[in-house]
Amino acid sequence: MLRITPRRLVDQVKFFSKFKKGLTKTKETLVGNIKKAVGLAAKVDDDLLDKIEQILIESDVGVSASLKIIENLKKKVASDNIKDPEEVTTALKAEIMAIVRSDRNPATLSSDGLTVWVVMGVNGTGKTTSVGKLAKFFSDQKKETMIAACDTFRAAAVDQLEVWAERSGVQFIRAKDGTDPAAVAFDAATSAKARGVDILIIDTAGRLHTKTHLMAELAKINKVVAKVVPEKNIKSKLILDGTTGQNGLSQVKFFSEAVGGIDGLIVTKLDGTAKGGVVIAIAEEMSVPIDFIGLGEQIDDLKPFDPESYVAALFE
Amino acid sequence: MFDSLTEKLEATFKTLRGHGSLTDENIKEALKDIRRALLDADVNYKVARDFIAEVETEAIGAETIRSVDPGQLIVKIVHQKLISLLGSQTSDVYISEHPPSVIMICGLQGSGKTTLSSKLALRYKKKGKKVLLVAADPYRPAAIKQLQTLGKQIDVDVFEMGQANPVEICQKALSQASKQFVDLVILDTAGRLHIDDELMDELAEIKKSVKPQELLLVADAMTGQDAVNVAGTFHEKLEITGVCLSKMDGDARGGAALSIKRVTGCPIKLVGVGEKMTDLEAFHPERVASRILGMGDIVSLVEKAQDTIDVKEAAKLEKKLRKSQFTLDDFYQQIQQLKKMGPLESLMDMIPGAGKLMKGATIDPKSMVRVEAMILSMTPGERDKPQIINGSRRKRIAKGSGTTVQDINKMLKQFGQMKKMLKSFTKGGLRGLPKGISPF
Ligand SMILES: Nc1nc2c(ncn2[C@@H]2O[C@H](COP(=O)(O)OP(=O)(O)OP(=O)(O)O)[C@@H](O)[C@H]2O)c(=O)[nH]1
Ligand SMILES: Nc1nc2c(ncn2[C@@H]2O[C@H](COP(=O)(O)OP(=O)(O)O)[C@@H](O)[C@H]2O)c(=O)[nH]1
Ligand SMILES: [Mg+2]
Ligand SMILES: [Mg+2]
Repeated sequence: MLRITPRRLVDQVKFFSKFKKGLTKTKETLVGNIKKAVGLAAKVDDDLLDKIEQILIESDVGVSASLKIIENLKKKVASDNIKDPEEVTTALKAEIMAIVRSDRNPATLSSDGLTVWVVMGVNGTGKTTSVGKLAKFFSDQKKETMIAACDTFRAAAVDQLEVWAERSGVQFIRAKDGTDPAAVAFDAATSAKARGVDILIIDTAGRLHTKTHLMAELAKINKVVAKVVPEKNIKSKLILDGTTGQNGLSQVKFFSEAVGGIDGLIVTKLDGTAKGGVVIAIAEEMSVPIDFIGLGEQIDDLKPFDPESYVAALFE
Repeated sequence: MFDSLTEKLEATFKTLRGHGSLTDENIKEALKDIRRALLDADVNYKVARDFIAEVETEAIGAETIRSVDPGQLIVKIVHQKLISLLGSQTSDVYISEHPPSVIMICGLQGSGKTTLSSKLALRYKKKGKKVLLVAADPYRPAAIKQLQTLGKQIDVDVFEMGQANPVEICQKALSQASKQFVDLVILDTAGRLHIDDELMDELAEIKKSVKPQELLLVADAMTGQDAVNVAGTFHEKLEITGVCLSKMDGDARGGAALSIKRVTGCPIKLVGVGEKMTDLEAFHPERVASRILGMGDIVSLVEKAQDTIDVKEAAKLEKKLRKSQFTLDDFYQQIQQLKKMGPLESLMDMIPGAGKLMKGATIDPKSMVRVEAMILSMTPGERDKPQIINGSRRKRIAKGSGTTVQDINKMLKQFGQMKKMLKSFTKGGLRGLPKGISPF
């Protein structure tokens, strides 16, 4: 668990109310409301469990993970002799918490020199924006931060990141459109090391995980960075759009295979009405931890993932 | 990744009594499998539930047709119903007779609006229209520059007014278009959340002031359950005229298409199949229906194969297959061709029934590399007639390729199976495909 500091607590309250703000607006349209389900249920029976299944599936948890969660819940109901529908909610939350909880601090950097985060994902998930927000996050923590624009493919992607470099006031490595992204990554890593940077965040072009040649390009970026930085200090971060459904599982699988393991996820666009429940399936099936969540387009709209508030918001 | 629905249904019907005809009981069981397939494909929970209820009524009505395999019958009913719900006739973008015609593009952040706007511009430029692209996203960093770059690539003019108010930008663009005898104006608006009332009102205002002939919502094919909320709200607030699906070139099953069609009733008009400006296609409901059901998208596979596989080579190969002369050399060539087409698993998803046939066979890229190494360590004679590969030859090949004799045994066994399978495939074209997956 993350340590609770006063600052973090304030942040969490803010983040939580932001979560709620987004969700209350469309509450009427979302039938998936655990309180309603539980409120209507007089007893713990199959109807209640069916309703819970519906809520999970409508949050994009997926059939397979939902069934597993409900199986475990049923066992718990039987073994603890749970009779009160309210208690079922508590047990359910605990069940999901156990899946998404991770014990590490997502903002930890290596203690022996430069850490490199390679930010990757399918098209339009929020990679560049997240790199901008992360730059601000780390520079706020007084870390020497550098960002590098290795999306040399999409039109004006480099200019987009440059704006974020200005906003966050961090060092920026710019590439010319159409140059080899791995070469840019190598230059960035070399200069970050020379300048005693704490963290280098590399923005890459969006790519669908089914395109072999593009995935190979990503592997190459990791490989050339490893010539400059010890492999254990290079972390692959996958950006997942919070509105994504079951395809999220496929994304994690393929990206993970391409770069030899995803270190952590950043889930974006959770300021909408999507619940991003596929991360529960991902954590359950592939044990990839969730590091940060994106809650808007502003520079401060990024928060370390907090399982407690996430699960609470899921069932608000 | 997903077994085909038909396979699942076959299994379901085998375990049930009354096998051979549709009964209330086996329909219920089959519908469970279908519901699962829909949810796995990201069809919205409620949309799936209503769909299943409707199919149930129809399937019970179809009980009298006894000659067909019940699994096939159900799949056929479901497949056809999906097609009709997705939109049985294709509906193209409407361009007014009286220029300038206006197309307004809207959607969530990152859904593919700017790319689609430019693809559309190129499409109509090729048809001889004078097109103007309008940069109506003053918010996202470098959004204007992105559109300008794409405009330059396809040689289409881009109208921009920097960080001005989008309503004003669109009005000015329209009056310029009228003066310059532009045929088609395409408005690329900023991405926004459907619950952002302020920004949604902005779109409503643009719509009111420029009166677009088409107001298209761009949705990501990978969208999950929330698609109904997004599309529902956009439609409610703006009365969209059509939907475009982006990023269909991946392995998303695309169930959001059904959800969106269901809540908006608007036709799905176009599909984005890549990042290149030419990667734009008409919407084919039958392909998407098969994809949603996890039955594979045989048409796309064939097209993809046509793109990457050398036609002459393929013909030669087919002849060899017919004559049972398929050698390890040919196998090696095939691996090379397959590698060009993308990851095998995504291909396997496109082939109905392949999931079952290939189960346990080597489809992960690493073992493919090993197979290549094994074949490369063989003599031409061995590749031509694998039956001569005896124990000592196996030892030599294993050593040469850094594998074990067991690996070689396994590979040769699989090669034999594959040869048999391929032969059955070629016997009668598509009709030679295993039972239960015949195209309707
Ligand atoms: N593979 C693939 N990528 C696509 C497709 N359509 C768009 N993209 C990519 O998706 C990303 C986002 O596309 P944009 O066109 O910038 O999306 P947008 O909706 O204008 O985004 P914002 O304006 O930032 O909200 C880019 O990397 C595009 O290249 C498609 O059909 N297939
Ligand atoms: N509402 C919302 N929008 C976001 C968030 N993160 C990114 N975006 C927007 O999503 C779109 C795509 O983001 P971008 O960073 O360009 O994605 P990339 O293609 O993966 O680099 C942009 O319009 C961003 O402003 C988020 O957390 N919430
Ligand atoms: Mg980007
Ligand atoms: Mg755009």
